Amino acid sequence: MISQVVAGAALALGLLNGCSASTSPAAPAVALAPAPRVTGDRQIVHVLNRLTYGPRPGDLERVRTMGVSAWIDRQLRPQTIDDSATERALAELTTLRMPIAEALREFPRPDPKLQAQVASGEMSRQEMLERYPLEKRPARIATELQAAKAVRAVTSERQLEEIMVDLWFNHFNVFAGKGDVRWYVSAYEREAIRPYAMGRFPDLVRATAHHPAMLFYLDNWLSARPDFIVPAGPNRGRRAGLNENYARELMELHTLGVDGGYTQRDVTEVARAFTGWTIDRPQTDGRFVFRPGMHDTGEKIVLGRRIPAGGGRDDGERVIEILTHHPATARFIATKLARRFVADTPPPALVTKVADTYTSTDGDIPAMLRTIFESPEFYSADAYGAKIKKPFEFVASAVRALGGTTDAQGGMALARASAEIGEPLYQAQPPTGYADRGEVWVNAGALLARMNFALGLASGRYPHVSVEIPALVAGAEPSAPAAVLNRLLTAIVADQAGPETRAVLAAQLGEPQITRMSPDDRGPANTDVAKLAALVIGSPEFQRR
Amino acid sequence: MITRRTFVKAGGCALVAYAGAPRFLFRTAHAAEASGKVLVAVFQRGAVDGLSMVTPHGDPGYAGVRPTIGLQPPGRGESERAVDLDGFFALHPALAPLVPLWSNRALAVVHACGSPDTTRSHFDAQDYMETGTPGEKATADGWLARAVGTRPAKSTPFRAVAIGPALPRALRGGIGAISMQSLERFDVRAGADSTARAGFESLYEQGVRDLLHGTGRETFDAVKMLRSAGAARIAPANGAEYPRVPLGEALRQIAQLVKADVGLEVAFADMQGWDTHVGQGAERGQLALRFRDFGAALAAFAQDLGDKMSDVVVLTMSEFGRTVAENGNRGTDHGHATAMLVLGGGVRGGRVYGQWPGLAHHQLFEGRDLAVTTDFRALFAEVATRHLGVPAAPLFPGFRPTQPPLNILA
Repeated sequence: MISQVVAGAALALGLLNGCSASTSPAAPAVALAPAPRVTGDRQIVHVLNRLTYGPRPGDLERVRTMGVSAWIDRQLRPQTIDDSATERALAELTTLRMPIAEALREFPRPDPKLQAQVASGEMSRQEMLERYPLEKRPARIATELQAAKAVRAVTSERQLEEIMVDLWFNHFNVFAGKGDVRWYVSAYEREAIRPYAMGRFPDLVRATAHHPAMLFYLDNWLSARPDFIVPAGPNRGRRAGLNENYARELMELHTLGVDGGYTQRDVTEVARAFTGWTIDRPQTDGRFVFRPGMHDTGEKIVLGRRIPAGGGRDDGERVIEILTHHPATARFIATKLARRFVADTPPPALVTKVADTYTSTDGDIPAMLRTIFESPEFYSADAYGAKIKKPFEFVASAVRALGGTTDAQGGMALARASAEIGEPLYQAQPPTGYADRGEVWVNAGALLARMNFALGLASGRYPHVSVEIPALVAGAEPSAPAAVLNRLLTAIVADQAGPETRAVLAAQLGEPQITRMSPDDRGPANTDVAKLAALVIGSPEFQRR
Repeated sequence: MITRRTFVKAGGCALVAYAGAPRFLFRTAHAAEASGKVLVAVFQRGAVDGLSMVTPHGDPGYAGVRPTIGLQPPGRGESERAVDLDGFFALHPALAPLVPLWSNRALAVVHACGSPDTTRSHFDAQDYMETGTPGEKATADGWLARAVGTRPAKSTPFRAVAIGPALPRALRGGIGAISMQSLERFDVRAGADSTARAGFESLYEQGVRDLLHGTGRETFDAVKMLRSAGAARIAPANGAEYPRVPLGEALRQIAQLVKADVGLEVAFADMQGWDTHVGQGAERGQLALRFRDFGAALAAFAQDLGDKMSDVVVLTMSEFGRTVAENGNRGTDHGHATAMLVLGGGVRGGRVYGQWPGLAHHQLFEGRDLAVTTDFRALFAEVATRHLGVPAAPLFPGFRPTQPPLNILA
């Protein structure tokens, strides 16, 4: 944005056509002449910034040795990468592996009688906590999932897969705070997202459509033919009916995109097709079931395609076939991937290429990614550093840049940090999930939160998260603070700091509090190196990837 | 908090009976005078059911289509019933804290208000309402940002503030709007060591003019000003008690900024959870709980600001309304028109504005939704022009009013 001094003049000129055109995070990578390519070590840094949660110390050298394309090939086949260290770090998070039925047993609902007693003052909050302790409450499931996400982002060797799990979870978002999703959310990522994150897109649509978390979150589990009378349970004898929520978001957000050419009529028809896709005993078993009695057996017309009467459960499967083979879906998914890996406003030519790959491979995700990673647009100089890190990407990349490690407890602290900066994990309430555009994440409060996280992390204030700052500057000429700064810039921003940032940081070395010597006069004290590291992590350069 | 019972007992003399009646109600508002005026926009994200918020109990079509979620007609002395406004409309009982403001004529309702665009996508409709250009996706900046931009430049970073994790679309544009989750935490927290703050500040002072650097510069201006104004330490006044929910927290902090005189012109807060597809409830239930927090937060804000409310207008909005008939799950699906509230100084309150389209089947939009009779841009433009003294044309490009003004503000 523009500074206060020039605000008046700029507003007068720019108001009607939108000042923010001149303030977008980076120029979109659309150019008429071929843009210069990123090469050499810069190219490796670029690849690491886009395909991982940020380079760790030594990653640049490792990729250089292996070769960029061999390294990318390996990331595209995550099953070939050993990740046992990450699995060990996650072992204590028992809910990660828990089937839904067991989670429902292990984490009971609050007893309404207890709640009433607390409300009326008969029972103290303390007593309530003893009778219904925090570790037995269902919120634990989401907390452990958040911790696991942070541990994996920092630690996993299958970095690209983790990036894709995050992307697809947001694409097929469910909100961990809505009703029974509390118990289903971990299973949802484990069963419906992760196995297909590097598979085929239509399988993701199918898996999420069948999963109790999605059925609950977008209300399809309650949707029934208009004359259906509920046979049992608290609503026994009541007339149920159609609910459009899932049908609409399936087309708008999961497949075709909002401009994909569907009508309100299509929404209603798709909703009819999915009637009867529901949850078996949601509070004890939580499994997908098709209930023929709830299903609208009539004919449906979806996007002009006829689904004959009497299809039963297959109606929904037919709809998924139609939607995942639609050209609007190919383009919508291609845009999403290109936005994640190239630029907020992805180059249209690249989107077309990726959409073609979608169509020719039936939505093969590694094939689409390969199209991107082999494209000139991906390596164009315009794309370099063009993306602003999401809060969670920033948090994970900061820990990685400082050579950090975390255990499950530390993962919880990192998840809280991400929330503070604006991205509470698994807590996006609307079905859009979290945005992947820089303008959404850059604002005053969030920027301060990033700086405060940098200060806390570098000074070791996050218990169970350890960073290795001394190792980053090891070997620097001890009595020369400037050498220490050079080491830090090389390690954290791959020596890509702008001249202004370098000058500002060098000036910091002149601050008496920064250049204080350690007691043995062997160079800057560690606390001061930590502060310099925090400044680099909080710098404009490190907010980009 | 005033209860329905208190109000009924006080009858027509509610104004006198309500001890906390702010004096701004008696003042003459000078709407054209630009200085010191604040517009607060509250976005009900997820599409609030306007027919439950302000119920048309006088419409013969209402009760039949909502067998389990319809509100009972207002009943005399019944504290759990909807509160009659004018013999035709009634306020949801959970909004009782707003009743004194209605009877003091500080609160007005615009019903059957919405977008000329017919999308039922939350996300498109929210974008259209925030950019002020229905049907036009390429608009880069928000209508509230344009409103601030047309006013004379001021040397404060606090002209436009959103309380929340992100800057809403309505405030995006080149005006340097600030967003923050908390006034208390709005600073570099490095203990006694001031070099860290200075270091970060210099890092963002230098360098290219882009979103990050620009935001960084504005951030440090704001940090300094907020610290010297002591805004975060200002306690709620007049016995106001904010509900401890995000909207309550947001409005409490907006009131702090108003009282700290930091030059606030436009503030923005939102509230989620209005997408009631299932188990919406009636007098009680899911939606009633949302209304309880919503009404209590707005009422506390008015009470907290007291006299200063004469310079403030609160405008509530939601991307669209919900289906007139309840669905199969005792909820409602995405619809078209909804109701919006206008509260504050200069508001000609105590009236429901807008033409009522009716709930008979042939009167509904596409046979299912409340029809839009007031374009949201007509309402927003009137509030902005009369309260902030800005021209309407740049706020809503392409909008030509087809109806006489509502005259909802003096």
